[in-house]
Amino acid sequence: MTQELLEGNRAIAEAAIRAGVEAFFGYPITPQTEILERLSKRLPEEGRVFLQAESELASINMVYGAACAGARVMTSSSSPGISLMQEGFSYIACSEVPAVVINVMRGGPGLGNIQPAQGDYFQAVKMAGHGDFHPIVLAPANVQEAIDCVVLAFDLAEKYRTIGMVVLDGAIGQMMEPAELPPMRPVRPPKARPDWALTGAKGRAPRTITSLYLGGENLERVNLRLQAKLQEIAANEVRWKEYSADGEQRIDDAELLLVAFGSVGRICQTVVREARAEGIKAGLLRPVTLWPFPSSRLAELAQQAHIILVAEMNAGQMVEDVRLAVGERCPIRFHGRMGGVIPLPDEILGVLKKVVDDTIGGGGA
Amino acid sequence: MATVEIPADFEVAYKRPESLTKAYTHYCPGCTHGIAHRLIAEVLDELGVRERTIGIAPVGCAVLAYDYLNIDMAEAAHGRAPAMATGIKRVSPDKVVFTYQGDGDLAAIGTAEVVHAANRGEMITTVFINNAVYGMTGGQMAPTTLPGQVTTSSPTGRDVETAGFPIRMAELLGILPGAAYVTRQALFDVPGIRRAKKALKLAFQVQLEGLGFSMVELLSTCNVNWHMQPGEAMAWAKEHMVAYYPLGDTKMIDAVRVIQEGK
Amino acid sequence: MMAKGLIVIDEDRCKGCGLCVAICPTHTLRMAEGRFNVKGYPPVEIADPEACTGCGACTIMCPDVVFTVYRRKRKTSEVARTFGSAETPEV
Repeated sequence: MTQELLEGNRAIAEAAIRAGVEAFFGYPITPQTEILERLSKRLPEEGRVFLQAESELASINMVYGAACAGARVMTSSSSPGISLMQEGFSYIACSEVPAVVINVMRGGPGLGNIQPAQGDYFQAVKMAGHGDFHPIVLAPANVQEAIDCVVLAFDLAEKYRTIGMVVLDGAIGQMMEPAELPPMRPVRPPKARPDWALTGAKGRAPRTITSLYLGGENLERVNLRLQAKLQEIAANEVRWKEYSADGEQRIDDAELLLVAFGSVGRICQTVVREARAEGIKAGLLRPVTLWPFPSSRLAELAQQAHIILVAEMNAGQMVEDVRLAVGERCPIRFHGRMGGVIPLPDEILGVLKKVVDDTIGGGGA
Repeated sequence: MATVEIPADFEVAYKRPESLTKAYTHYCPGCTHGIAHRLIAEVLDELGVRERTIGIAPVGCAVLAYDYLNIDMAEAAHGRAPAMATGIKRVSPDKVVFTYQGDGDLAAIGTAEVVHAANRGEMITTVFINNAVYGMTGGQMAPTTLPGQVTTSSPTGRDVETAGFPIRMAELLGILPGAAYVTRQALFDVPGIRRAKKALKLAFQVQLEGLGFSMVELLSTCNVNWHMQPGEAMAWAKEHMVAYYPLGDTKMIDAVRVIQEGK
Repeated sequence: MMAKGLIVIDEDRCKGCGLCVAICPTHTLRMAEGRFNVKGYPPVEIADPEACTGCGACTIMCPDVVFTVYRRKRKTSEVARTFGSAETPEV
């Protein structure tokens, strides 16, 4: 296995090919269009299906159709386009068919800009669409992790018959760095489509895939089943990483706990190293699954931490889940930049030191 | 139902098609959805494709079509059926894929999806039920509601100054290169229903031959929301709807004509 | 029996819409009076069994597949087939 210099978006596209994606339906939007462009070339080369749809609305519904037919299918978009897809997410989740969605986040709200951002945390984790459901949400912090998350998204989506959503800020989509692609998986042949898929009622009773369940008790039963599935996912699929001065390692001694995801998480790896060099017992918890959220580990770490600093490229979204997990155990501070402005290590280190001075130093918690 | 003794010198001339389930439909008495479903079922039986057909139900009165058609079916979001059909057909090209949609589904919220499916020449068949109102939600104005027609959201009659004119979807889609066969038929009398069935059969044959997108617009009644008896509704539709929505083919490429004449 | 046609009515499917009675060319059918089917509709019933020619117009019009139609076999043996592909039937 060799490393190559890969651009984030194109690596995501290639990772999907390696993971055995059979069809992609999407629409151009910056900063993720390279995924569409790359797949427009690669999928036909591999004898698979590519179609540029007329809109994100159409894209997600084409995905829904292909998923009902039992094919491995993906779409990608960026924040405003993901908003358009939310109707589709709700239908797909209730119908319990698998699909992979990539959101390369940009500045918002509204048309916003094309700078990297993390403003869609709430959208992905709290309200991916109407009704009670959650996609499995993965948040890579670098190109290699993006590749790994795409493959994982396909596997988890199929295992649980739900949406595997990978959210990354535009910077990761656009950056180039060394990474390794996984080996090519064979594409599943049409005859081997799952036994719940719509394949034509030959020699069996017809199947219906729907998200309509008239009658209260009927729909409640469906919801209870969906909730049970979410609990199973929460029990088995939480992923996160911890960092100290020398990189990835457990941080049971952290007094100042940084919590950040995606590119900000990566920046905080540097912040932790520099803080430790100055004698601050800093540590970083970087969630890799945003849903399910690593609440238990966070609560554990909050027991010995004196203060928690959450850093995000938004007005404060993940910090709410941190508050929910931590409760009264530890005070929490937040540092956010919006509009697609990226907080550099110096900035966060400065905030961190001020927070330390204000609390630990100044007779705080 | 009491068993009837069939004399030995009689044979079956018509019975329930295989492609219909035995469920009692929830449609109103006199609703032409029942006729349209039956025609589709007869066509699927005659073409022998029931076991490889996948249908997509709309949001509308026919939202439960999957309880009535004896085939694999999916339920689409409102208007999105042609996009779902595209997804299904692209990954399962050997299947027969069709959408069944009403006025709101196809001519309002879903206009982009059907226009682009037709434009791309998707190998799917769309059945468009045009009854000039929104039935399921209680009779509101549709894009196909006639000028002056009273509905629950046009209580003084459709005013073309504010609401525009009714939209003729068969003509709109007929100009697209990807559309191989687009036609408008009516379900108001026996000869019309016969022609409608022929059109449906041809539309599915267009798909089987891989000639492009096919659509059959079926002028239909909605007697309950029109506040008429079933027979009255048929008469009203014959008089008023056909005048605005001409019957016949708006698109038929040569290859389709060959199939039509070959029968 | 002299009739060319024989229809069997699945009464419980009927919604009493009356479209069949309106288009039956031989007045074979009528809507029942004073009685209702399991759904609460007055169903169609046979008014004059001898009038039926087996034309099948009722099956073409009925939205609820109420009717099964039988026809006296013709001298040249024909396979039973569904309407639509049939020639215009004799009335």
